[in-house]
Amino acid sequence: MKFLQSALLGVLLVVSAQAQTALADEVVVYSARNEQLIKPLFDAYSKETGVKVKFITDKEGPLMARLKAEGRNTPADLFMTVDAGNLWQAAQEDLLKPINSKVLMANIPAHLRDPGNEWFGLSVRARTVIYNSNKVKPSDLGTYEDLASSNWKGRLCLRTSKKVYNQSLVGMMMYEHGEDKAEQVVRGWVANLATTPFPDDTKAMEAVAAGLCDATIVNTYYYGRLMEKKPNLPLAIFWPNQNVKNKSAGVHVNISGAGVARHAKNEAGAIKLLEWLSSEKAQNLYADVNMEYPANPKVKPDAAVAAWGQFKPNLINVAQAGALQAKAVMLMDRAGFK
Amino acid sequence: MLDAKKAPVKGAFLIFSSTTNLGPWTVALLLALLTLMPIAVVASAMLDPDQEIWAHLWQHVLPELLLNTLWLALGVGLGVTLLGTGLAWLTAACEFPGRKFFSWALLLPLALPAYVTAFVWIGLLDFTGSLPTWLRETWEIVWLPPIRSRGGVILVMVLALYPYVYLTARTAFQGQGRRLLEAAQSLGVSRRRAFFKIALPIARPGIIAGLSLALMETLADFGTVSVFNYNTFTTAIYKAWFSMFSLPAASQLATILVFFVLALVMLEQLSRNRRNYATSARGGGGAQRIQLTGSHALLATLAAGLIFLLAFVVPMLQLLVWTREIIATDLDLRYIDFAWHSLLLASIGAALVVSLALALGYTQRLNPTPAMQFTARLANIGYALPGAVLAVGFYIPVAGLDNLLIDTWRDYSGEEIGQVLGGTLAVMLLAYCARFLAVGFGPVETGLARITRSMDEAAQVLGKTGLNRLLRVHLPMLRAPLLAAAALAFVDIMKELPITLMTRPFGWDTLATRVFEMTSEGEWERAALPAVAICLVGLLPIYLLVKHSDART
Repeated sequence: MKFLQSALLGVLLVVSAQAQTALADEVVVYSARNEQLIKPLFDAYSKETGVKVKFITDKEGPLMARLKAEGRNTPADLFMTVDAGNLWQAAQEDLLKPINSKVLMANIPAHLRDPGNEWFGLSVRARTVIYNSNKVKPSDLGTYEDLASSNWKGRLCLRTSKKVYNQSLVGMMMYEHGEDKAEQVVRGWVANLATTPFPDDTKAMEAVAAGLCDATIVNTYYYGRLMEKKPNLPLAIFWPNQNVKNKSAGVHVNISGAGVARHAKNEAGAIKLLEWLSSEKAQNLYADVNMEYPANPKVKPDAAVAAWGQFKPNLINVAQAGALQAKAVMLMDRAGFK
Repeated sequence: MLDAKKAPVKGAFLIFSSTTNLGPWTVALLLALLTLMPIAVVASAMLDPDQEIWAHLWQHVLPELLLNTLWLALGVGLGVTLLGTGLAWLTAACEFPGRKFFSWALLLPLALPAYVTAFVWIGLLDFTGSLPTWLRETWEIVWLPPIRSRGGVILVMVLALYPYVYLTARTAFQGQGRRLLEAAQSLGVSRRRAFFKIALPIARPGIIAGLSLALMETLADFGTVSVFNYNTFTTAIYKAWFSMFSLPAASQLATILVFFVLALVMLEQLSRNRRNYATSARGGGGAQRIQLTGSHALLATLAAGLIFLLAFVVPMLQLLVWTREIIATDLDLRYIDFAWHSLLLASIGAALVVSLALALGYTQRLNPTPAMQFTARLANIGYALPGAVLAVGFYIPVAGLDNLLIDTWRDYSGEEIGQVLGGTLAVMLLAYCARFLAVGFGPVETGLARITRSMDEAAQVLGKTGLNRLLRVHLPMLRAPLLAAAALAFVDIMKELPITLMTRPFGWDTLATRVFEMTSEGEWERAALPAVAICLVGLLPIYLLVKHSDART
C-alpha cells in the first residue's frame, strides 16, 4: 500500500508540472447551448473585462452526468443549457448552488428563474401555433387545447414527443389542468394528426405550408429562420391562450439559462459572467443570434422578432415543467404521441 | 494513412512482448474489461430500480420497441448482406466497365454520417420534399410510399451500412483466389453453382463479420432513427435517461440490449464452430477475373452505379448544394484545426484499434478455446452500445480515478491541481478503442482464420516462432485485413460523436463536433459543410485501402 501511494505520488509529481490550476481570471463553462450561439458573447465578455472564458459543449444529459462524475474536482464554474427541465434536473441532482445576486434578481423575472435561485433564465423561447394563412383564419384558433377538438381532425402536424419542448408544454398543461385533462388534450391532438410526428419544428412547418396539414406548434425562432429563408411561404404566427380566464395563462415559454456549478472554483467569476449575460448590453446579443426573446424585460427583442407582435406569456414558473417532465413523457407515451 | 499502416506493427510489438510473459488470457481479459467496465457502470444503476417508470415502460413502450428493433435488425441485416455480398463479388471476381472505379467508390458511403444521409433523404422524399412536390405539382401524383416509415428507415440504413459487408466480403473473395473455382469449372460445375457451393461458403466468415458490424451499428444507432422518429431500444434508453431523468430505467433497457447482443454473438459463434474455414487455396496470383460481356456487363455497371448514386452521389450533391449556400459565412480558418484534430484522432485511434484487435485476434488463435472465444466476443460488444451510454459509462470511472488522484495530492501537498486524466487525449483514445475494437477485430479475425495451421507449422520448422512468426509470416498475409480494419476504424472515429463530445480537451473541436453544433438546433443545412469535410478527409484512407488491397490480388 505504501508502495502504491508513493508510486501514485511519483506519477503526480511528473504530471502536476503540466496540470493546469484554475486561473483567477478564467471562467470555465459547460454548455448545452451550442457554440455559435455562445461564442460571440464570450468573446465580447473577454474583450470587455479581460476575463478568459473556456467552454466545452455537449448534450445536456451527458454534461450533467459529467458534472456529477467529476464531483468536487470539476473544472466547471458555470453550467449553461437550454430548457428549464434540464436546469431543474441539475438543481435536483445538486449540481448547482444558490446564487446571491441582486443584479440577477432585478434583471430576470420571477417566473423565469429557480425559486431557490440555483439557475436563471437568460433568453425566452416561446412555443406557439403556426398556421397556413391560405386555409385558416386567426379567428378559427384559440388555445393549444382547442387543437384537440374534432374540428381539427386530420389538420394538425406535430413534432415528436421526444423533444423536450413538447415535454415542457405538456408538463405545463398538466400543472394547469391536472393529469386527466392534459391527457385528454394530448389524445385529441394525436387523433387529429395528419401525419406521423416530425423530427423537427421546421419540417412540421413546411408540411403546413405545403398543405399536408393546417397548423402546428413550434418554437418561434424556427419560424423566424424558415421565413427568413423562404419569405413567401403561406405561414403565419398565432399567439394562443391569450383570452383565457386563468390569469397566469398565456403562450407557453421555456428558457435557455445557466447556473453556477456546485463545486465551482471561480464562483465569483461565474456570477459576474452570469450578471453580465443578463445585463441590457448583453441580452440582445444573447437572444438575437437565435431570434429568441431576451429574458430581461427591459430589453426589447430584435426588430424581426418584435414584428411578430406582442403576447402574454404563461406566468407559471418554468421550473414546474422540469418537475413534471417525466410524468409528461409517460402521459404522451400512454396517449400514443410518438 | 502512414500512421495507420505502420503503427499496428509497432503497437503489436509492444503488446506481444508483454504477452509472452503474462499469457494470452491477460490480454483478452484486459481488452474485455475495457468494454465491460462501462457496461458494468451503467448496469449498476439497476440496483436502485425505478419501479414506476419501469412499469410504465413495460406496459406502454417495450412491446413497440421490441418489434421495431427486431424488424430493423432483420431488414438491415438482410439488406446489407445481399447488397454487400453481391457488390463485393462483382468488383472482386468479375470484370466489367467501371469496375476499378466502383471498387473503391462503393466504400464512400462509409465516410458520410448515416444520420446526415437520412436527413437528406427525408428532405428529398418526404411530402414537402423536392421529388414529391414536383410529382404533385406537375403530374398530380399524390400518392407515394411514405419515406418516414419502417421501410424508409431500413432502406436508408442499408444504403449507409452495406459497405461494412462489402469491405469484409470483398477481402474474403480476394483472399480465396480463383484456383478452386477454376478447378470446379474444369470438373464441369456451372459458374453459378461454383459461386454458391464454393466461393460463398468460403467467404462466409467475412460476410458474417461485416454483417455483425452493421447489426451492432444498427442497434447502437441513435441519430438515424431519430431523424425518422422510429422508436428503438436506443431511443428509449436516451428518453429514459435524458428526458425522464431515470438512469435506472435507462440501465435496465441497456442491459436488455446487451443480452440481445450477447445472444446474437453466441448464435454466430455456434454456427461458426461447426465448420473450419481455413483454406490454403490462396494462390490468386495471375488469376483471371470473370469477364462479363454484353448485357451482363451492362447490368453489372448499372447495378453498381445505381447503388453508388443512391448511397453516395445524391446525398453528397444535396450536401454540396447546401454547402454552397453557407460556405461564405461559415468557412473560416478554424476549419484547419477541426480537420487536423479529426485526422489526428482518427489516425492514432485507428492505429490503436488495429493493434489491439490484432493482439486479441492473435491471443484467440494461440488459445482457441470456447471460453477464450467468448471473452474475445465480449471485448467487442462496445460497438453495439448506444454511444452516449458508453461515453458516460466510460467517463464515470475515469473521473473517479481522477478524483482519487487529485484528493491524494491535496492531502499530501495541500495544493489544488486540475484534472489529471479527464480532458486528455489518452482517455479519449482509450474510449475510442472500447467502442471500436469490434471494427478492427472483425476483419483481423477473418484474416487470421484464413492462415492455416500448416503454415504455422511450416514456419516453425523453419525456426520462426512466436513474435518472429507473427512479424515475418503472418503480418504480410494479413495486409489486406489490417488495411480494411484500419480504414473502417478511421472513418468510424471521424464520424464518432458522443465520446468525442464527452472526452475532448478544451478547444479540441473536430469536424464531427461541428456537425453536432449545427444539427443540435436543427440547422441541418449548415451541418453540410463539416459533413462534406469529413467525407473529404475520409476519402484518402478509403482510396488507399482499395488501391493497396487490389495491388496484391
